[in-house]
Amino acid sequence: MGRKLLLEKAHVEGIRTYDVYRREGGYASVEKALKNMSPDQVTEEVKKSGLRGRGGAGFPTGMKWSFLAKPEGVPRYLVCNADESEPGTFKDRYLMEFIPHLLIEGLIVASYALGSSRTYIYIRGEYAWIPDILEQAIAEANANGWLGKNILGTGFDCQIYVQRGAGAYICGEETALIESLEGKRGNPRIKPPFPAVKGLWDCPTVVNNVETLAAVVPIINLGGEEYVKIGVGKSTGTKLISACGNINKPGVYEIDMTISVEEFIYSDEYCGGVPNGKKLKACIPGGSSVPILPANLLFKTAKGDTRMMNYESLSDGGFATGTMMGSGGFIVLDEDQCVVRHTLTLARFYRHESCGQCSPCREGTGWMEKILKNIEYGKGKMSDIDLLWDIQRKIEGNTICPLGDAAAWPVAAAIRHFRDEFEWHVLNPVESQQRNFGLAHYADPRPVPATA
Amino acid sequence: MVFTEDKLKKVQEIIARYPDGKQKSALIPVLHLAQEEFGGWLSAEAMDYVASLLSIEPIEVYEVATFYSMYNLKPVGRYLFEVCQTGPCMLNGSDQIIDYIKEKLGIGVGETTSDGLFTLKTVECLGACGYAPMMQLGKHFREHLTREKVDQIIEECRSRATSMN
Ligand SMILES: Cc1cc2nc3c(=O)[nH]c(=O)nc-3n(C[C@H](O)[C@H](O)[C@H](O)COP(=O)(O)O)c2cc1C
Ligand code: SF4
Ligand code: FES
Repeated sequence: MGRKLLLEKAHVEGIRTYDVYRREGGYASVEKALKNMSPDQVTEEVKKSGLRGRGGAGFPTGMKWSFLAKPEGVPRYLVCNADESEPGTFKDRYLMEFIPHLLIEGLIVASYALGSSRTYIYIRGEYAWIPDILEQAIAEANANGWLGKNILGTGFDCQIYVQRGAGAYICGEETALIESLEGKRGNPRIKPPFPAVKGLWDCPTVVNNVETLAAVVPIINLGGEEYVKIGVGKSTGTKLISACGNINKPGVYEIDMTISVEEFIYSDEYCGGVPNGKKLKACIPGGSSVPILPANLLFKTAKGDTRMMNYESLSDGGFATGTMMGSGGFIVLDEDQCVVRHTLTLARFYRHESCGQCSPCREGTGWMEKILKNIEYGKGKMSDIDLLWDIQRKIEGNTICPLGDAAAWPVAAAIRHFRDEFEWHVLNPVESQQRNFGLAHYADPRPVPATA
Repeated sequence: MVFTEDKLKKVQEIIARYPDGKQKSALIPVLHLAQEEFGGWLSAEAMDYVASLLSIEPIEVYEVATFYSMYNLKPVGRYLFEVCQTGPCMLNGSDQIIDYIKEKLGIGVGETTSDGLFTLKTVECLGACGYAPMMQLGKHFREHLTREKVDQIIEECRSRATSMN
């Protein structure tokens, strides 16, 4: 049983309410930080912890905080990114629904470290019932002196506000989120300037994911050095994984990053295996934009090592034979699933969500969807597969924000590893409408290159 | 077309969340209020009203209302079924659920039943992938959908509509 830092208390009866949360040790990190530590000491502790952003990019949080500009007389802002819209990802929702005070507690400590007196939680509009839960927790925190003016007599003022979005994946990108929070369309900004210098209302701003901010609580309680010991290498602490697709026990799991991918899928403590005795075909382990891997590269790296559920091991082999931890949206495909069809739904998603500012992304995502649709419905040509490859290459790296890359990668990885399945659709336009390609050779052991 | 006293108070509360002069930030939340208040969609008249409330130009409101997928720019039925069709839901049979709803209500995607009760929309991932297939209905999610559950939901909406009339 792995160590739990975030969800350990999530199922204590009544934990959503302040009294129970406090009784279980809640808000201790606020006391510790505000009474005994300077803001810079809090940032130092987060640096020491090795915490990496849980929103997808994995950027070191302490370093991000230390980049925040602090010009005299200009307000600074902390914004919590609760936009959670990457297909396969539903961990932040779980945390906010079950243990909302943990996020509020983390936000207070982070606001203190950064000097943010107005802190915003930007939550996707479709999570329409969650703002009520968060606002209730905020009201309780205010009533008990954890928010408001002169908190714990330290002279630090802080208020937290919840802002709902209105349906746009792109608003998860931090500069689009800031635009949206200013009451505009969610068009990402050109960087630099970075939000740390010029963010919300042109003031220095830090944007962090829900899970990142919640993790600040155990970091302050345990100390950064203790936090590093949980996990492995640069994958410190615990990570929330939202597991879905063809598994027996979909849901949100907290892992300490020392278990193997195979154990995560098959153990009863986590996904509980693939339903109906079916075989595993493929998996997208970190949200829709990370590369899909066939079963035979999922459990073992190309070098033949056991693949583990952590940042380094998942990305072992680069994009040629590896993938990424991403947002922790873990999507499992069984032997009956069609990779072409699945990739088509993702291409449609990215076309729908492109903000339209850059031509490669706006046009390219539309072309990829169209071509994939033709292939899936038996109207594709062999040359379409190369054309798809060419289009994704031309999007990647040529856009204002990383949504372009996020749209290109799933298509690239699907062709890289499942080209046979694409070709089969083209060569068998009638049969491919009646049955799936199946498991084929995707679970067969791969030859391991002899080490020199 | 004006807000009730209650809603106007709510608008003031929202504006107070931002520093002075940044009331434009209230636009997205206030458009949600307007959509709730004025029949589930945003007419040009409703958008102009919101512009006047926030002292911004109507075009600033149109720009935003047309960008975000939750705002309906045309009238919709009283019950809007927004069914997710993205990968993880597809793996668990969302295509079949969409087909079943179409058959059951006799409408296509984007259409409204002739009695004005139901509109069917397909949407992209709503963050409920582990509880698929699913749809949004009003403020809440309906998850683990089956044909039987869809039948129940439709019945529930019909009887709610009857009791409200
Ligand atoms: C298209 C796109 C969508 C994103 N969506 C989210 C999201 O929903 N939630 C999130 O926390 N970060 C998202 N990100 C990452 C944010 O831009 C940003 O890196 C993150 O919020 C930083 O927080 P962290 O360092 O705590 O991870 C997205 C990025 C891109 C390019
Ligand atoms: S890459 Fe796509 S989503 Fe990002 S700014 Fe360009 S057009 Fe918009
Ligand atoms: S794919 Fe349907 S909720 Fe995520």
